[in-house]
Amino acid sequence: MRSWLLCALSCAAMLWASTEPRAAETVYPQVTPGLALQFPRDHGSHPDFRLEWWYLTGWLQTADGQPLGFQVTFFRLRPTLASGNPSAFAPTQLLIAHAAISDPARGRLWSDQRIARAALNLAGAAEGDTNVWLDRWRLTREPSQYHARIEASDFALALTLETTQPMLLNGERGYSRKGPQPQSASYYYSLPQLRVAGSVTRDGRATTVSGLAWLDHEWSSEYLEPRAAGWDWVGLNLDDGSALMAFRIRDRDGRNFWAGGTWRDAAGRTEVLRPEAVQFMPGRRWRSLRTGIEYPVEWTLQAGSQRFELQPLLDDQESDSRATTGAVYWEGAVIANRDGRRLGRGYLELTGYGSPLRLP
Amino acid sequence: MNHQSVAYWRSALALWRRLALAQLRQQPLRLWLSLLTVAIGVALCTTVWLISSSALLEFSRAGSRLAGDAELSIRGSAAGFAETLYAELARDPAVQIASPMLELDVALADRPGSLHVLGLDLLRAAPLLPSLLPSLLMAPTGQSPLEMLTGDGIRLSAAAARRLQLQAGDELPVLVGEQRVLLAVLGVLPEDAEAASLGIMDIASAQWRLQRLGVLNRIDLRLNADVDAQRFGAQLQSRLPAGVVAVTPETANTRVASATRAYRVNLNLLALVSLLTGSLLLLAAQSLSLLQRRSSLALLRALGMTRRELQWALAGEGAVLGLLGSLIGVLLGQLASAALLAWIDAEFAAAGSIGAQLAQRMLSPHPLIWAGFVLLGTASATLGAWLPAREAARRAPALALKAGDAAVGTEGRHFPVLGAMLLIVGAALAWLPAVAGLPLFGYLSIALLLFGGLLLSPAICGWLLAHAPRSGVAVFDIGLAQLRGSRRQIALNLAAVIVSFSLMIAMAIMVYSFRGSFELWLQQSLPADLQLRTNGNDPRGNDPRGNDTRTLSVNEQRQLAQLPGVARADFIRNTRLLLRAEREPVTLSARDATPERSATALPVLHSVAPPAGAQPVWISEAMQTIYGTQAGDIIELPVGGRTRWFVAGVFRDYGLGGGAIVMPREAYIAASGDHGADQAGLWLTSGADVDAVIAAARTLTWSRGMELLATPELRAGLLRGFDRVFAITYLMEAAAVLIGLAGVALAGAAATAARRGEFGMLRHLGLLRRQILAMLAGEGLLMGAVGMLYGLLLGCGLSLVLVYVVNRQSFNWSIDLAMPWWQLGALCAALLVAATVANLLSARAALGVGALRAVREDW
Repeated sequence: MRSWLLCALSCAAMLWASTEPRAAETVYPQVTPGLALQFPRDHGSHPDFRLEWWYLTGWLQTADGQPLGFQVTFFRLRPTLASGNPSAFAPTQLLIAHAAISDPARGRLWSDQRIARAALNLAGAAEGDTNVWLDRWRLTREPSQYHARIEASDFALALTLETTQPMLLNGERGYSRKGPQPQSASYYYSLPQLRVAGSVTRDGRATTVSGLAWLDHEWSSEYLEPRAAGWDWVGLNLDDGSALMAFRIRDRDGRNFWAGGTWRDAAGRTEVLRPEAVQFMPGRRWRSLRTGIEYPVEWTLQAGSQRFELQPLLDDQESDSRATTGAVYWEGAVIANRDGRRLGRGYLELTGYGSPLRLP
Repeated sequence: MNHQSVAYWRSALALWRRLALAQLRQQPLRLWLSLLTVAIGVALCTTVWLISSSALLEFSRAGSRLAGDAELSIRGSAAGFAETLYAELARDPAVQIASPMLELDVALADRPGSLHVLGLDLLRAAPLLPSLLPSLLMAPTGQSPLEMLTGDGIRLSAAAARRLQLQAGDELPVLVGEQRVLLAVLGVLPEDAEAASLGIMDIASAQWRLQRLGVLNRIDLRLNADVDAQRFGAQLQSRLPAGVVAVTPETANTRVASATRAYRVNLNLLALVSLLTGSLLLLAAQSLSLLQRRSSLALLRALGMTRRELQWALAGEGAVLGLLGSLIGVLLGQLASAALLAWIDAEFAAAGSIGAQLAQRMLSPHPLIWAGFVLLGTASATLGAWLPAREAARRAPALALKAGDAAVGTEGRHFPVLGAMLLIVGAALAWLPAVAGLPLFGYLSIALLLFGGLLLSPAICGWLLAHAPRSGVAVFDIGLAQLRGSRRQIALNLAAVIVSFSLMIAMAIMVYSFRGSFELWLQQSLPADLQLRTNGNDPRGNDPRGNDTRTLSVNEQRQLAQLPGVARADFIRNTRLLLRAEREPVTLSARDATPERSATALPVLHSVAPPAGAQPVWISEAMQTIYGTQAGDIIELPVGGRTRWFVAGVFRDYGLGGGAIVMPREAYIAASGDHGADQAGLWLTSGADVDAVIAAARTLTWSRGMELLATPELRAGLLRGFDRVFAITYLMEAAAVLIGLAGVALAGAAATAARRGEFGMLRHLGLLRRQILAMLAGEGLLMGAVGMLYGLLLGCGLSLVLVYVVNRQSFNWSIDLAMPWWQLGALCAALLVAATVANLLSARAALGVGALRAVREDW
C-alpha cells in the first residue's frame, strides 16, 4: 500500500479524464467484501481495475557479510481513457517500475525507475499468474518461487524468492479497507518470509546475496479519500517466523485518519488489527539535504498486543521519483527491536512528509 | 627610453600631426570617402555573414532540438515502416532506449500549406529530448507527465500557434487522404521550447488520426555505453527495410547544413569581394595621397625620421582609417541585416516564417563576429596603406623635396609575367572537381583570375592607351598623352573599378543565363494549361511535395479529369526516398506524362533507349552528380520493397537540390499499390476558358484549400521568386561598383589637384577653362573606357567559371550560357558616364584655384 503513488496516479488518472472530453468514461470494477480470492488466478494482473502493484521489499546479506536493503516494485495503471483508439500504442495500460538498494557503505540509495505504456509487448502485466515486465525489468512467479530481474542504470538485481509460508490475506480475507467509506478499499494479500538467493551488481561489480523478503500484491479502483494526505506503512519479518503488516493513513493535519494491519504469530494464528489497535509514534527525525524534507526515521509501533521500536538501516533512504510519479518519499530497511533486543527486520514507508504531494 | 628619444618622438609626432592634419583639412572629402569605402565593404560582409549564419543557426537548432540526445536515428520516408521494427530494436541488447516516432508534414484544411507534426511516445522520448521535455511537462496548464500522453490532440509550438492563430481549446482541421480530421489543440509550448513551427502529438493519437496505424517513420536510439554508434548503425543498415536508413546525429546535421551551404558560401564570398574592392580602393587612394604629400614626407625624412619609421607611421595612418571605417561598417551591417530580415519576414509572414525572431536576434550583440570583421577591415586597410607607404618611404628625400616629382613616383615595378602566369593557373584550376560539394577550386580560379588580371592591368591599360586612336582635337590628345604617361597610377586607380565591374559583368551573364534556362525549364516542366497541387504555397518554396497526408483519391482524380473543358489530366505522385543516410532525400515523381509518351514531358538532356522489358526511370542532374548514377545504369529503388529500374535519361531540374527521379505512374502503382496523386496538370480543350475550368473545379468541395493556378500565373510567381533571390546579389554588386566609381572620382580629384601647375601653364598658353574641363572629361571617358574594356574582358572570362564551374558544382545543375547584350551595353554606358562625370566634378572642384596661383606654386 503506497499512498503517495496511489494518490499521484489516481489523481493523474482523473486529470487524464478531465482533459479527454470526448472519450467515454471508463467504468472500473468496485472492490467489494465477501469475494473469495482465487489462486493462482489472482496472482496475475487484474487489468480492469484502475491500479495494481507487486511490491517486493527485503533484507539481503552479501557474501562478505554486508547488510543491504532492496525494493522492487511494478505498478500497473489503467487510465480513464476509452477513446477506442486501435493503435498498438494506445495508452490503455501503463507500467511503472521502481527499484532501489539501501547500501550503508554508500550512505544513500541506489535507485532507478521506468515508465512505459503496455505496447508491442515491450511492457505488460499478464493475467492468470504473476508475470509483469517493463523492457528488461521483470517479475515472474512459478509454483513456489518468484524471479525478479532488474537491470538499472548503475546496478542490477537477479533474485529468486522462495515461499516458506502460506500467504497472508489482509483485512477481511483480502478485502482491505482504507477509510470510512466502504468503497475505498483494495484487494490485498502479502507473502512474508520469502527466502532470497541471487546476486546484486553495483557499478558493474556482482556479489552473491541471500536474505528474507516480503511481497505485497494489491489492486483497487478507488483507493484514497480526498482528506488523506500521507501514509506510514511497515512490513516486518520477525526472526521467530511471525509477521506483521501495519499501516496508518494521516489526514492533512497529520492526525490519524485510518489504520489497519495483520499479525500472524509463529504458530500461524492470524489476527486482523482494527484501526484503533494500530498506533505509530514518531521518534528521532532526519532531514534530507537534497529536498529539505524532514522524516521521522525512528518509531515506536503498537500493533494489537505487540510493541516494536523501529530503527533504520541508514538514515538516508529517501527516494525521488518525480520523473515517473512525481513523489518524493522515504522507504527503507528497518530493524524491529523490543527493549533493545532485535526481534526481526522489515521495510518502512513514509510518504506525504514534504509539501503536500506535488502532483506531476 | 632616454629623455632625448622621448623628446625626439614627441616633436616628430607633433610635426606629423601638423602635416597630416593640414592635409586632411585641405581635403576632408578624401578622408570621408576613404572611411566610407572601408565602412561599406565591412558593412556588406557583416550583413551577409549575419544573415546567412543566422539561417544556419536556425536550421541546426531546430534540427538538434528534435534530434535530441539520440546516438542513432532510424529514418524512413513518409510512407514509413512497420512498427514491429521498433519492438525489435527496443529488444536489441545493444539498445538502451528506443523512442518510436511518426514525423509527417500534415496538410492543413481551410488554409494553405502544411504543418510539421511529430508523433512521439513521451515516456520513451523523455530521456532523449532533455531540452524539449521541461517545456512539455511544465506546460502553462501545469499538466502531469502522464497527462502528456493524453490521447487525441496536438500541442503546437509558439511559432505554429502564431502562424495558425490558434490557442489551447481550439480545433485544428487537417486533411488526411480524402478526409477532414479535427485535431484538438491541447496546448501551446512556450516560446523558448522550440523555435520552429511544428506540432507534437502522442504517437498513438498520431497513428490513429493521421491514418498510419501500425506505421512509424523514425526511431531514435540511445545505445549502451560499450556500443559504437557508427559501427552499430552500419551493421543495422543491412537489417533495415528498403528506404530506411540509420543516421547518426552528426550526419543528420551535416545534411541540414549542406542543403544550404552552397548558397551561403556564394553569398559570403560575394561579401568578401566587396571587402577586397574596398581595400583596393584604399590602396589607390592612399598611394595618391602619399604622392601628393611627397614633399611633406620628404621633409620628415630630411628632419631625421628613418625610412622604417616613416613606413610604420604611414601604415599606422591606414590602420586608424581602417579601424574607424570598420567600426562604422560593423554598425551599419548590423542595422542593415536587422532591417533586411524584418523585410524578409514581412514578405513571408503568411508562410509562417521565423524572420521576426531572427530580426530580433540580429539586434542582440554578436561581439565575436563584430570583432572579426573589425579586425578583417583594419587588416585589409593597413595592407592597402602599407604597399604605397613602402614605396613612399623608399624615395630619396632630396629628390622628393624638389617640385615636379609627382610623375616620377608613379613609375615603379610591375609584374606582367606573374600576372599572366596567375591567369593561366587560374584558368587551369577551373577544370578541377568540387571539394566536399563546394566549388573551392572554382572560387580559387576566380580569385587568381582577378589577381592576375590586376597585375596585368598596367600593361593592358598601357597597351589599350597606346592603341587608342588620336582624335585630332588638341585637348583630347593632350589628355591621352597625359594618361599614357601615368599608366601605372591609372591602373591602380582603376583597380577597384576593374574588380567590381568585371564581377558585375560576370554575375550579370551568369544570372541572365540562369534565368533563361530556368524559364525554359519552367515551360518544359509545367506544360499543361492548369496546375493543381493538393497543398500549395508551402514555405519551402518549390518543393512539389507539399505534404505527406493529403492525396487525391482515384475517385477525385476521375472527377477532375471529367470536368467540362478538360481534355486530359496528367497526375503526379511525389514521394521522398531516402537512398543514403548522409544525403537529403530524393524526390520520386511518378507521372502519367513521361518522356516515353510525349517528347516535351521533361527537359531531358540525354537519353538511352531502354532494353526490352526494362522499367525506365529518368534522373535529374543532381541525382547524377550526387549518386554517380548515369543514363543506362540499373538502379535499385525502395519502391514496393527493393525494385530494379533502368535509367533511361538525365533531365534538367532546378527545383530539387537533393535530386529527383521520374517514373511512369502505372509502374509506380504496380510496385507500391499507392493510387494517390498530389499534383495534376490539366490540359484544356481548345476554346475552353481557364477561369471557367477553375470555377468548375472549385465546385468540387474537396478542392478547398488546394492550389489551382493557370500555368502562366504559376510560372510568373516562380520567376518572381527567382528574381527576389538574386536581388540581394545585384544589390551587393551595385554597391561594389559604386565604391569603385567613388575611387575613380577620388583619384580624378587627386590627379587634378596634382596637375594644377600643368593647367596653369595651359591657361597661360591660351586654353579656356572650359577647354581644360573638356580635356579632363575626356580623360575620365578614356579612363572609364579602358576600365570598361578590360573589366568586360575579365568579366566574360569569370562568367564562364561562374556558369560552368561554380554554379554547376554548387547546385549540381547545368545552365546554358546566354549573353545579356542589352544589359551589358547599359552597364558599360553607365560606367563611362559615371567615370566622365566623376572626373569632371572633381576637376571642377580642383580648378577652383586661380591659374596664376597655380603657376606660381609650381615655380
